[in-house]
This record gives sequence, C-alpha cells and structure tokens, in this order.
Amino acid sequence: MTKTEFSKVKIFSSLLRNVPLLLLLISVLNEFDFNYLEVTYFSFNFPYILIFYWSLKKTESLGYGFIFIAGLINDVVVGFPLGISSLAYLLICGFAAYLRNITLRPNLFKDWMFFLLTILVVNSFTYSLLTLFFLFKINYMSLLINLIFTFLLYFVFAHIFQFYQKKFFEGNNV
Amino acid sequence: MEVDSRDDFIIAIRSAFLKKETKQRFSLIVLIFFSLIFLVLGRQNFKPIDYVKISIREIIYRSTFIVSVPENYIKKTYLIIEDHFNLYNEYSKVKSELKKLKAQGTINDFIISENKRLKQVVDDYIVESDEIIAKILIDKKSPFLRSIVVNKGSTEGVKLGMAVLDNNYLIGKVVEVNFSTARVLLLSDLNSKIPITIEPGGIEAILSGTGQYSGIIQYTKEKYIIDKESVVYTSGSGGLFKSGIPIGIIENIDLDIEQKVNFFSDFSQLRFVKIVSYETEVN
Repeated sequence: MTKTEFSKVKIFSSLLRNVPLLLLLISVLNEFDFNYLEVTYFSFNFPYILIFYWSLKKTESLGYGFIFIAGLINDVVVGFPLGISSLAYLLICGFAAYLRNITLRPNLFKDWMFFLLTILVVNSFTYSLLTLFFLFKINYMSLLINLIFTFLLYFVFAHIFQFYQKKFFEGNNV
Repeated sequence: MEVDSRDDFIIAIRSAFLKKETKQRFSLIVLIFFSLIFLVLGRQNFKPIDYVKISIREIIYRSTFIVSVPENYIKKTYLIIEDHFNLYNEYSKVKSELKKLKAQGTINDFIISENKRLKQVVDDYIVESDEIIAKILIDKKSPFLRSIVVNKGSTEGVKLGMAVLDNNYLIGKVVEVNFSTARVLLLSDLNSKIPITIEPGGIEAILSGTGQYSGIIQYTKEKYIIDKESVVYTSGSGGLFKSGIPIGIIENIDLDIEQKVNFFSDFSQLRFVKIVSYETEVN
C-alpha cells in the first residue's frame, strides 16, 4: 500500500469513527428535525437516542465536550434558554455511564427499559425548569407523543447503530 | 448486604459523574455545572452572558443556514414542481379574484382616505417607520416554540417588539435582537398573545397561538355570536401595533368550542418578511 493510499484509508476510517458525532451535530444544526416533524402525532428526539446509545456503548465516539456544545447549538436553533439542552444531554450521558458501570452482561432489552427511565427523568427535569423558571407554555400532548416515539424507536435505532458499530468499529478495528 | 448494595450504587454514580472517561477532557459534573451556570446567569440577564449568547447565536444561525442549504434546495424544488402542476387551476382562480378586487379597489381608495382623515381628527393616526426587509435564515418548526430567525439585527435598526409582516398580514413580533440577526415569535406560538378586533361586530379579544398553524380566540367578555369567516385585525390596544392590520379569518362559529383563526399568511412558506414599528404622527 502506497503512502497516499494509506493516508486515504486513514482519513476514511477516521470519518467513519466520527459518524455518530457528525450525526449529532447535523441533527441539532439542521432545520429538518425528527423532533419537530410536521406530521401530527409523530415526532421523536433523535439526539436523545444517539447520545444514550453511543455514551453507553462507545463513550469516546461522542465526547462530553461535544455533547455540551451540541446542546448549546440546539438551544440557540430552537430558541430555548441557553444551557437547557446541554443539561438534558449530559444527564442522559450520566445515566448511560451509570448503566455501563453496573452492567456485567449487556442486554438490549434492559438498556431499552433503562432508556425509558432516563428520558422520563430528564424530560421531567428539563421541562419543569422550562415551565417553572422560564415560564414557557408546553404542549403536553406533543411532549408525551414525542416521548413515546423516542422510547419505541430506540429499539430500531439501537439495532442500526449496533450493526454500524460491528461493521466499522469492531470489524475493521478502526 | 444492604450497605454493600448502597455502596455499589454510590460508587457507580460517582464513577459516572466524576470520573473522566478515556479521551474525555471534562468530567460530566463539570459540564453539568457549566450548563447550570449558563441557565442561571441567562435567567438573571447577566450582561457578559448576554454578549456571549449573542455571539454564539450569530455564529450558529449562520452555520445552520449553511447546513440547511441542501434541505432547503430540495424543499424549494418540490414546491416549484407542485406550483407547475397547479398552474392552470391557480390561474383561473386568480383571474376571477382579480376581477372582483378591481371592483372593490375603487371603493377602498375612498374608504382609506376617509379613515385617514377621521383618525387625524381623533389624534390616533399612526405612521409606519421605514420598512426593513429581512430574509429568513432559520425556520425550525418546534411544537414548543414557533419562531423564525431573520438576517437583520440591531445594526439595521431592528428593535424588540417590532411588528413583522408578510405582505400586509401580521405574522409576529421581534422577541430577540442580535447584531445581525433577530428572532421573530410567530402568532401561532403558544406563548403569543395579541389584542385583536373581530369584524364585523368590533368584538375585542385576545388571539393566542396553538403551537400549530392556527390561533384561537381567548378572553372575550362573554360568548358573542361571531359570523363565520369574520376577519381578525389587530386592535391597537397596548400601543405595540397599529389597529387594523389583518391577521386571519374565523374558521368555526360553534360557541361551545374554541374559535379557531386561520392566518392569512402561510407560516410554512415564509421567505422574506417586513419588519416595521408604528408611531403616532406628530403634527
């Protein structure tokens, strides 16, 4: 393998390793957001799923600093008080780290149930802050629907991410 | 046994929040602490934090605009194709409407000048400031916050509370001003409350957003009978907007359910908006 070919492979593999981070940044920066789809009674919080999964399975793939910045970006784009999404994202990281510490034999179903507990606690905490301290009016029906679909779709995305992880993180030993 | 499990819990929590993971520069607790500082100081309107916020917003609004270019291009292409398919029907509709409007126009000219004269008599005549035409940078459709970000800010003379119009229809007001960008809270937002008049009948009420693409009538003194397709205008109460800016039409007239208002302007199709403020004319 020549030197240029080797550096090309290196760039490509580093890009593949950073796909979760790129996905996170694009999902908070882009106007298009699964969280705010124009479909009635369907929306889900993609960053929650992404952060929980990758913080649980591969902590170094996202990085707490980047998650903090992604939260700030999300607040600015959506118009929330600065710091609220960062807090939510970091709490999710905390829950994921706790689950990782206490788990001996990982099991997707247990992760899924723990994810439900995580989003319930994190959403309750952040939306309480929003309504009590920042006097935001919240559409609770939208919030509930968002929460249910975020929970349900974790299972689907976990399989996709697991496939990706096996293919590009472990398989190629990137 | 119980003490052991409690110890394990504490160790796991401590390890999760305090320990720095491999390749991590910060521990979780430090960053959570930073988030809380941002929140508390932001709530207290601490000046340095305000400047930091404005600078972050400036950078992020521009970045979002760039990141959203491909998506907006696809959306625009779809709309162009859709417009082409609907061209003939639209043409026929517009032709018949134009005929009606031409007839109405001559009557309107007389009414406008008469109204102007009468308002000067009661010292209520309000003039518009110079219009600021702004382009929409971000239009993120959140169920919790219906707002748009425009590319004009304090350097172009945009101030808090200025009215934002799409053609001649009111669509919202400025709620956040940065150096070269501003955020507009749309009338459809849950937090938006605008004093209005419903015509015919001159019924005073408050228009509140629903978080969707419509508004609802609130706080009428009693249940008035409102004609279907009555028009909703700004009432001018509070002095923020002048009276008579058209907003939308009443959709349902059932007294037992909330009166829904369909806005004249389609908030999902906004590209450019007009930012204006109103002041009383000095004679």
